[in-house]
Amino acid sequence: MKLTETASMPDTQEIQSIIFAAIDELNVQREADRQVEKSLDTKLFGKDSDVDSLDLVNLIVSVEAGLAERFGAAVTLADERAFSRKSSPFKSVHSLLAYIEELLGEDPT
Amino acid sequence: MNDSVVLITGTRKGIGRYLAEHYVAKGCRVVGCSRSATEFESDRYEHFCLDVTDEAAVLDLFARIRAKHGGLDVLINNAGIASMNHVLLTPVKTAERILKTNVLGTFLFCREAAKLMQKRGKGRIVNFTTVAVPLKLEGEAIYAASKAAVVTLTEILAAELAPMHITVNAVGPTPVKTDLIRSVPEEKLERLLNRQAIKRFGEFRDVANVVDFFIRPESDFVTGQTIFLGGV
Repeated sequence: MKLTETASMPDTQEIQSIIFAAIDELNVQREADRQVEKSLDTKLFGKDSDVDSLDLVNLIVSVEAGLAERFGAAVTLADERAFSRKSSPFKSVHSLLAYIEELLGEDPT
Repeated sequence: MNDSVVLITGTRKGIGRYLAEHYVAKGCRVVGCSRSATEFESDRYEHFCLDVTDEAAVLDLFARIRAKHGGLDVLINNAGIASMNHVLLTPVKTAERILKTNVLGTFLFCREAAKLMQKRGKGRIVNFTTVAVPLKLEGEAIYAASKAAVVTLTEILAAELAPMHITVNAVGPTPVKTDLIRSVPEEKLERLLNRQAIKRFGEFRDVANVVDFFIRPESDFVTGQTIFLGGV
């Protein structure tokens, strides 16, 4: 991930609110009884999740857009490292948040 | 089409330049790109110098489109390169360059465009293939293979992006008198035209006509299709 030179480091709360805003966007398209819960424990895929694969794609793209809007720079969450890990960073809201924090903590080169 | 945001790759010359002027004339806000600067100027046209295979530069372009226009209505993946050679005389470097620009460049722009379009829940993508694919033209193995990949990419993206109401189609022009075919011998072009049902060179307007059809609002039920010109 790359940040612009002027971008400041986000805090956990800020990243969480970007993820929750993406869940809000997703929920607009879903029926009232199938709303995705805004919680760190929410599973984003697997048998315990009611987020389907297309919803997950939309969610990741919305989070990327949210990060880009906030920091004014291009963000790609779905990179090779994300897919090659034993434990997917897209498994839950909590793991996604940790993964974003990890990416943002890296030297942006 | 008024005020639609249209992104066209490879707009410095040839078909891309024609399409940029064509959609500016229709009242669209056109964003174009090519490796070098263009002479085309309009208050409805903005040009970016970049290589379509440079991911960082492409991501930056889309971030700028997002910031300035808030979204994207149409992507026309026109940028492409060709090299005509017998397979035994084709350097790996040339093959790599063709595959990168024609396949990876198209993929990268489709991916980023779809991210922008997905948010608005609509969009049109038009990719460029060639009659060299169905005609299986000798001397164009890598070029035709790269453009066959574009057809497959188009068909699968059409399915993957349909739930987001984004259509993905392709146009396959016959030879059009541009730099792309300037090194092809006259008699070879003559033989090629003879394999078309309508035996003439394509014109820019022929290509624009198919693109117009794919991107009009009424074409929202047309996706995953390739239209070859000239009756090939």
